[in-house]
Amino acid sequence: MKYQSQKVAYAYFVCAMALFGIQVLGGLLAGWVYISPNFLSELVPFSVIRMIHTNALIVWLLLGFFGAAFFLVPEESERELYSVKLAYLQLIILVVGTLGAVGSYLVGIHGGREFLEQPLWVKIGILVAALIFLFNISMTVLAGKKTAITNVLLMGLWLLSLLWIFAFINPDNLSLDKMYWWFVVHLWVEATWELVMAAILAFLLLKLTGVDREVVEKWLYVIVATALFSGILGTGHHFYWIGLPGYWQWIGSIFSTFEVIPFFLMMSFAFVMVWKGKRNHPNKAALLWSLGSSTVAFFGAGVWGFLHTLHGVNFYSHGTQITAAHGHLAFYGAYVALNLAIFTYAMPLLRQRQPYNQVLNMVSFWLMTGGMAFMTFVLTFAGTIQTHMQRVIGDYYMEVQDSLSIFYIMRFGAGACVVIGALLFIYSLLVVRKREVIEPGPHATVAGE
Amino acid sequence: MAEFLTKSRARNVFYGGSIFFVVVFIGLTAHSHKYVVEKSTAGMPLTKEVRMGKHVWERNSCINCHTLHGEGAYFAPEVGNVMTRWGVLDDPEAAFEILQGWMEAQPSGIEGRRQMPNFNLTEEEIRALAEFLRWADQTDTQGWPPNDAG
Repeated sequence: MKYQSQKVAYAYFVCAMALFGIQVLGGLLAGWVYISPNFLSELVPFSVIRMIHTNALIVWLLLGFFGAAFFLVPEESERELYSVKLAYLQLIILVVGTLGAVGSYLVGIHGGREFLEQPLWVKIGILVAALIFLFNISMTVLAGKKTAITNVLLMGLWLLSLLWIFAFINPDNLSLDKMYWWFVVHLWVEATWELVMAAILAFLLLKLTGVDREVVEKWLYVIVATALFSGILGTGHHFYWIGLPGYWQWIGSIFSTFEVIPFFLMMSFAFVMVWKGKRNHPNKAALLWSLGSSTVAFFGAGVWGFLHTLHGVNFYSHGTQITAAHGHLAFYGAYVALNLAIFTYAMPLLRQRQPYNQVLNMVSFWLMTGGMAFMTFVLTFAGTIQTHMQRVIGDYYMEVQDSLSIFYIMRFGAGACVVIGALLFIYSLLVVRKREVIEPGPHATVAGE
Repeated sequence: MAEFLTKSRARNVFYGGSIFFVVVFIGLTAHSHKYVVEKSTAGMPLTKEVRMGKHVWERNSCINCHTLHGEGAYFAPEVGNVMTRWGVLDDPEAAFEILQGWMEAQPSGIEGRRQMPNFNLTEEEIRALAEFLRWADQTDTQGWPPNDAG
């Protein structure tokens, strides 16, 4: 940690991890309701559990992004943050808003647009917090050194905050409502968030591998160019069946197919940088998460996304468990794992210690990644059967669901694995153990054989 | 990466290309907006009752169990075509009655079956919800879903 104000990131990361815990426990609970549907059904219905699961996810990822920005912008700009007080104020607003939203959901007060269920005052709070953030971070960057990483990061954060405006626009016409709703949902996760992801990944690779900045930043611009060129018109793959014109079937199919490219490039970028890099950075766990994130994002967002994006396929698979499978692996790979990568990298620096508990951290990577992969596979099988029975043969929904129960049981097992991994991850970052679980071997450079 | 692609060229391509795609997207969105209003949802007027039904749908967060035009949670049946499934798409009175019967029978309490809460809706709210679902069902969704099962 070179600048005192970077310390703000610590508070953001801790709050993010607390919400991460709530998110995965909510997911586990929802997975249990699939197996035992009467559980809690009178007290906390499935809809509320799901709302907490998805909302906690989105907020903690955003807290992670904000924290990451507060951590890396001072280093990139080579100056202290414009205002530490504003950064803490922003955090307080976000945490109060989140707790307020969860509290409202539990007593049955919520909106009805998926993922945007927050009461109006919370939505406004998020907007205010975002504005404070943009002001604070932009003032820092403007006064300091400008790099490609801060350029792309800021552009992503500015655009995603602007798109939040559409969270307030809810036309009475359902098809219009859906179209503008995707301006937040799709243009966040399949466009602007990719900018943030690529910028953070570039920062991590710069630090971990020591590759020349010129090389890293050129890659970064190419990646984000492909992300927006494909992602903006790729929004069309959500417009097939909601009352919009038929031309979206072709535009959506073609451009969303190209959405695989930025994820393929990010994966290649990570591996090529490690290959070219000469630095032997002591934080191996952060490197594992960086490589893992870009790889799983390629499979979850890229491959599993392409699996059902062509309109001829999507006509049958739309809104089945295949969508759920893709959603889970894409979010995990692209945004969860990337956040955990920057947490893993930054936490030892923020606490001014050597990287510690790396083995436990790496175990948590494999537990979570293995669990998410398994969950994705069983949901894909469930979705394939569902698509055939319900969409091709025409069997009724509940009959089909009854025949999928084995997959839901396996999904619960996978979810339990993820929860254990998540808790282990949080433990490994917050609790300092004196000795590493497995001592690393001595480092020696050997000639190739 | 090839030498001709310098960092500043990559940056310029990124900014220029992005602006181009944003402009195209805005144009198509404007056209789609017009298309929705004038064509795909014009089959039934957007009455006060339909609007109220949408608020009932939102206030009770139906989307976090059901799907509507395939979007939502995947825990409960698709309702974008439920009125067709029930065979009451063109009969407001029958649509209301069948929906009322359904809503009032919840929760079923059957062991091992997914439970829908009782939302304690008034008759007026159920009528509005039925109209909203009929309205959604008449939207031209390019032939989706493939069959009545939704």
